[in-house]
Amino acid sequence: MASPETAVSRRLQSVKNIIIVLSGKGGVGKSSVSTQLALNLYKSSSTARVGILDVDLTGPSIPRMLGLDGHGVHQSSDGWVPVYADGAEARLACMSVGFLLKKKGDSVVWRGPKKNGMIRQFLSDVRWGDLDYLVIDTPPGTSDEHLSLLEHMAPVHSRLSSVIVTTPQAVALMDAMKCLSFTRAVNLPVLGLIENMSGYVCPCCGEISNVFSTGGGEEMARREGLKFLGSLPVDTDLVSLLDASDVKQGPDDSSEPSSTPEKPAESFELLGRYSETSSAKLFQNILERVATSLGELAARE
Amino acid sequence: MVQVADPLSVPENAPEHCPGTESEFAGKSEACAGCENQEICASNLPKLPDPSLPFIKDRMANVKRKILVLSGKGGVGKSTFTAQLGWAFAADEQIQTGIMDVDICGPSIPTILGIASEQVHSSSSGWSPVYVQDNLGVMSVGFMLPSARDAVMWRGPKKNGLISQFLKDVDWGDLDYLVIDTPPGTSDEHLSIVQFLKESGIDGAVLITTPQEVALQDVRREIDFCRKVGIRILGLVENMSGFVCPGCRTESQIFKPSTGGGKKLAEDMGIELLGSVPLDPRIGKSADYGVSFLDEYPDSPASIAYLDIIDRIKKILGDTA
Repeated sequence: MASPETAVSRRLQSVKNIIIVLSGKGGVGKSSVSTQLALNLYKSSSTARVGILDVDLTGPSIPRMLGLDGHGVHQSSDGWVPVYADGAEARLACMSVGFLLKKKGDSVVWRGPKKNGMIRQFLSDVRWGDLDYLVIDTPPGTSDEHLSLLEHMAPVHSRLSSVIVTTPQAVALMDAMKCLSFTRAVNLPVLGLIENMSGYVCPCCGEISNVFSTGGGEEMARREGLKFLGSLPVDTDLVSLLDASDVKQGPDDSSEPSSTPEKPAESFELLGRYSETSSAKLFQNILERVATSLGELAARE
Repeated sequence: MVQVADPLSVPENAPEHCPGTESEFAGKSEACAGCENQEICASNLPKLPDPSLPFIKDRMANVKRKILVLSGKGGVGKSTFTAQLGWAFAADEQIQTGIMDVDICGPSIPTILGIASEQVHSSSSGWSPVYVQDNLGVMSVGFMLPSARDAVMWRGPKKNGLISQFLKDVDWGDLDYLVIDTPPGTSDEHLSIVQFLKESGIDGAVLITTPQEVALQDVRREIDFCRKVGIRILGLVENMSGFVCPGCRTESQIFKPSTGGGKKLAEDMGIELLGSVPLDPRIGKSADYGVSFLDEYPDSPASIAYLDIIDRIKKILGDTA
């Protein structure tokens, strides 16, 4: 299939796998799953190079989760330089509209065409360099951002795949189903389904409460013939880690850039702390299944 | 020179860098080349308004209060809150309430209200809403899909078209309240609803958040949006704040307010915190089964919190006797 070369295909030539993280519904943990997926892929080998692209343009969360709030993007002769979460090692590259805002409270009030333009720039103008994996975090729904992504990446379609995230309750599963219909309509391979927020362990007595019900994701995967990648319970340590990373001091409400914007992450502290969470252990299995799925996908080509 | 377009003056079919129809660069900037509206913008004729606006105004003249439910982030409980608000208003048989779901790609309102299998009927006076009870009518794209599995893969202009139809073609009748549930973010749906209702007036917006910073960040953006487009903020509701273990009755924080939660945000931004609703797993269950949580579990602390918030909203609107 000889597709015409575009600015996007030229730029993404050096990217081996592109994994799009989707969910129909908002707030089910796409960004936290994207972050974890990126961290685990990064951890999987000492040479793995991973990129994470946040195309949730009106609600970017990735900078906060990676502790990169307040960083800015630099221009180079070869395009925009992504922000590296691991500092000098430069194996975990991140790009988000959050890095382009003057103040973190600024709203991005854009209609479709403007969002489409931004996404095209993210794909064609960012100097990702050689990447083994590019993880793309998306906003909820199946609209402009998703269609634009697929459209611009059509020339590299053979390297695309997706992961669907849901929570166990019926309202979320319904949207996950819509999302699956979307992937089928645009012929996007699905590596599998992750059920997030499946149960909550009371820190006091250890009793497991199914805050948002449980099991719905696994059931849906079986029914739809999808690989079930695993379920992740609500992990308050993870919530706090991804929520507060980089806020070492208490009182700050202004939007000044974090203490020293260009400080190299001390031996990538976030990864170390993440590895201690119970989610990190569970995600190991998910990552293995993702790898298997990717292998099967490659074999089918 | 940087041209910042007034978000409300950018038409839905505008090119990427449209300077806005009200700008002095309208029709003259580089981005305007090739735009189908370029000639209209470049000529100095008075701008003609959207032809659907008078129809929307007519229809909305019979609606006393229009309330938006917003949140920057998804999954914080916008639709659940919208449904509870609708049910609570409609608990008074004299009060006519409507719920409009403009979350086109992820309509949850029909399921939460237990009317997911209903369809919209049209008559000479327009589309009839689906009624949950005599005085609670609902409109959602969910009623129009052949199957709940179908994805709505629409770009902005098509979504905007449907929203305009929801406002002008639905036979809402006389309403005391119209509660509008929105998708997450600040994009086409939000701009359109504000644009379409500019003349009729929006009484205010209720913002929903959860306690963690990742959600608060998005709410700050939503507040910025409301201020940019001139919508009054009625207040902030913090959902999922605290969880009481059914086993040992200890309260713990699932989503820790690492930066002070909704309370601090409200103080910082100068808006009112209407209340905090604790996380009760039965809320999600009720939503899945399409029953009213307030009716099923009136004694839950969450129900009490909801009702206090709803009373407060009525008071702010000046609707309490």
